[in-house]
Amino acid sequence: MTKRSATSNYSRRDALRMVAIGGAASVFAPNLLGKPALARTSTAKPTGRVIVGLGQEPTVFNPLMAHIEVDDGVHFSVFDALFRIDPQGVIQPNLAVEVPNQKNGGISEDGLKWRIRLRDDVRWHDGKPFSAEDVKFTLELIMNPNFRSWRTAGHALVRDITVISPTEISWRMEEAFAPYLSFLTETFIVPKHILEKEANPSNAAFNQAPVGTGAFKWGKRVPGDHLELVANLEYFGEGPHIERLVFKYIPDLTVLYTQFKSGDVDLVGQPYITPDHYREAKTLPNRVVTLVPRASFESFYLNLERPQFKELAVREALYAAIDKEAIIQGLYYGVPAPTETFMPKQSLYYNPNLPAHEYNLDRARKILDKAGWVPGRDGIRAKGGVRLSFANSTTSGDPLREQAQQFLQQTFAQLGVEMKISNLPAAVMWGEFWQQSQFDSVIVGSTYLIGADPDVTNRLHSRSIAAKGGRGSNNAQYANPEVDALLDKGARTFDPEARRAIYHRVQELVRQDLPFLPLYQSNSVQGQKKGISGVMPNGNTRTESWNALAWHWAS
Amino acid sequence: MSGFLLNRLSQSIVLLVIVSIIGFTVLNLMPGGPLAQFGLDPGMTQKDVERLAEQLGLNRPLWIQYLDWAWRLIQGDWGHSFRDGSSVLTVIGRHLSATLLLMGTSTALAIAIGSWIGIRGATHRYSLFDYCATVGAMVALSVPTFWFGLIGIYIFTLKLGWVPAGNMYTIGDGSVLDYLHHLILPSLVLSLVHVAIWSRYMRTATLDALSQDFIKTARAKGVSERRILLKHVVGNALLPMITLAGMQLPSILTGALVTETVFTWPGMGRLFLDSLGYSDYPVVMGLLIFSAILVVLGNLVADIVIATVDPRIRLA
Repeated sequence: MTKRSATSNYSRRDALRMVAIGGAASVFAPNLLGKPALARTSTAKPTGRVIVGLGQEPTVFNPLMAHIEVDDGVHFSVFDALFRIDPQGVIQPNLAVEVPNQKNGGISEDGLKWRIRLRDDVRWHDGKPFSAEDVKFTLELIMNPNFRSWRTAGHALVRDITVISPTEISWRMEEAFAPYLSFLTETFIVPKHILEKEANPSNAAFNQAPVGTGAFKWGKRVPGDHLELVANLEYFGEGPHIERLVFKYIPDLTVLYTQFKSGDVDLVGQPYITPDHYREAKTLPNRVVTLVPRASFESFYLNLERPQFKELAVREALYAAIDKEAIIQGLYYGVPAPTETFMPKQSLYYNPNLPAHEYNLDRARKILDKAGWVPGRDGIRAKGGVRLSFANSTTSGDPLREQAQQFLQQTFAQLGVEMKISNLPAAVMWGEFWQQSQFDSVIVGSTYLIGADPDVTNRLHSRSIAAKGGRGSNNAQYANPEVDALLDKGARTFDPEARRAIYHRVQELVRQDLPFLPLYQSNSVQGQKKGISGVMPNGNTRTESWNALAWHWAS
Repeated sequence: MSGFLLNRLSQSIVLLVIVSIIGFTVLNLMPGGPLAQFGLDPGMTQKDVERLAEQLGLNRPLWIQYLDWAWRLIQGDWGHSFRDGSSVLTVIGRHLSATLLLMGTSTALAIAIGSWIGIRGATHRYSLFDYCATVGAMVALSVPTFWFGLIGIYIFTLKLGWVPAGNMYTIGDGSVLDYLHHLILPSLVLSLVHVAIWSRYMRTATLDALSQDFIKTARAKGVSERRILLKHVVGNALLPMITLAGMQLPSILTGALVTETVFTWPGMGRLFLDSLGYSDYPVVMGLLIFSAILVVLGNLVADIVIATVDPRIRLA
């Protein structure tokens, strides 16, 4: 997921080819999970323990069941997927021996037939050998209507899964779907020999004491407190180097930071250090505190079916009236980075040529005047009986967002625009209110990508408007036929260069149409003790613990 | 006595049904729900959310959901957590011991310290000690517990380094001494409010007992002040305290929301807060019923104990 890695995110071979051309930074990417400096010698036993502090408690340990971000750290440590995505966005083999593509014959020219070769040296934590049957079982379990599975998009297209041999499997896709490779980096393989015996896999004992193939085995869990994983000495890859990996649950973010300061926590995980502690955290002795770009993007999100927002001029005027720099510097301590798009800047698909936002109240006024939005007696602009008045919601209890709202409310008022603040608890906010587009406008921080794949059909295709019976989460109710066509084409295209052109154009169109007013791309303030090596942020995953197998204490 | 018990038991069942209906209705009418947490997931489609709602039975009419839940409850099945699939009783059981340890210690501390302050305040009325105790109690009651908690962590952990920043034990240690070390700050902070309450009640009850005729008689007979205090005053003053203790039983078991959060204590209070945050209805309902049962039991036990201690009271 980097501009530097100007190559495919599909295969090691592509990556190496482009590295040779000049992507110097990608040199270490194919080896990231492999040997170099992080490797322990085969005789060295893992030593030490790392305690990761988390703001939410991991509770879902079957990686195929519906879960949230915080569970990912456990899944990446206990399980393996067929592929793994590295920080550069290059997909690496994990349980598979190579990443299939159209050149190596792993994916047919029409994108419909997939054939995966698997490692033959992998064992489950209980000693049983891993095989293609486990992969077949996993893909079928996801689509089992009685199983409480997580995302089914992509998997729903899989047909005719065939186990060719214990180390080879193939299937047919109902239609070509390029993002599926990215989806598979987040699809962890579960053991058939344990779960096939369960009458109801959603309530299986396995879900509370999982058995995987990963670098760490299940240790013990103290609910409400912490979870302990222990090194898997039989792991097929390099690592792990630490003996124990502990996920400690600390719900209050001030307390989380305090425990980082006091040394109770070795590494701060999600939701990381709050921006207001950034400056102080940087000065702490024996701690390393860094800003890490995330794929999450904050926007002033509009419901385009509201009459106030139907006209582009209104959206342009509101955008011009947002003093982004003041919000970022004044409220967020300079931690996030301004952006014009939903695509992370580190992505191969990021379009750097989008028009730059400029805060200009006069321009905003002129746009509204020209479009015929005239101030009424109460000072609020109106046109054709529609007042330029709307509600803005965000999650209550988020003081920084609430301050940003108040700031915008005052700025908009200078334009003759009335914004009412109407905040809701998170459990209410992101339910039907958000999913069924019942809001006027919201301030939301969300991720648009799965892994590093640029496909955003679920967020921006007109077929994805849930409020109109669609199946996705295009909550702005954005509809642009050209964007729809591009997204359809992008999902069928496997060539990264061709896809880059497609998603650059999508970003241009979305920046032009402004279904949401882009604010900034998030940076997380990550902190760890000085002695821990091998921690490597990866914006293509949702967890800081994606490569805990490479962590080790400097001796 | 058996008539009293039967009467109270039937009243309790009606109470539990009412509590459960109100709780279930309010909880389920809250917009959002357990699937809201997936609203921002880029890979979850609307169909995925609908499928999960169906699997969890959330798409059925509310009254059917309630009857189904109640019927299972009667059969001893408290349901399964939406979050991790564990049975509700298992989830509650996992957090109960942590809360019992923290609340038990702080309650014992509160009763011991509070009673002592109350009795001494009453016997030394309008002394410097009494005034200080009164002002101290007012402060303890007025200032939020989390503030005491954060100040305690700042002073005793970050500045002085005497006690840990929180947690129930050091991961990898877990010896008795380690538990006690971790228990000091949260139990003291948590006991502050209860010390204040107990000391005020105890002071009033002691003063009340001291003004009784039998005390005057005892004094006239030449019984020593120490004996009067221990034998006659404290015994009588403790009677209303039993009711208070009974009423506190549910709070002992359901935990201290804020203190458990500030001190990273894996107890029932945090479980309740988390479950509410995730709209994990089965667990929230389980905790609600559990608390309601404790309230009923606490009051019942208090009544019985009082009747046993004070022969003038008859249960009918």
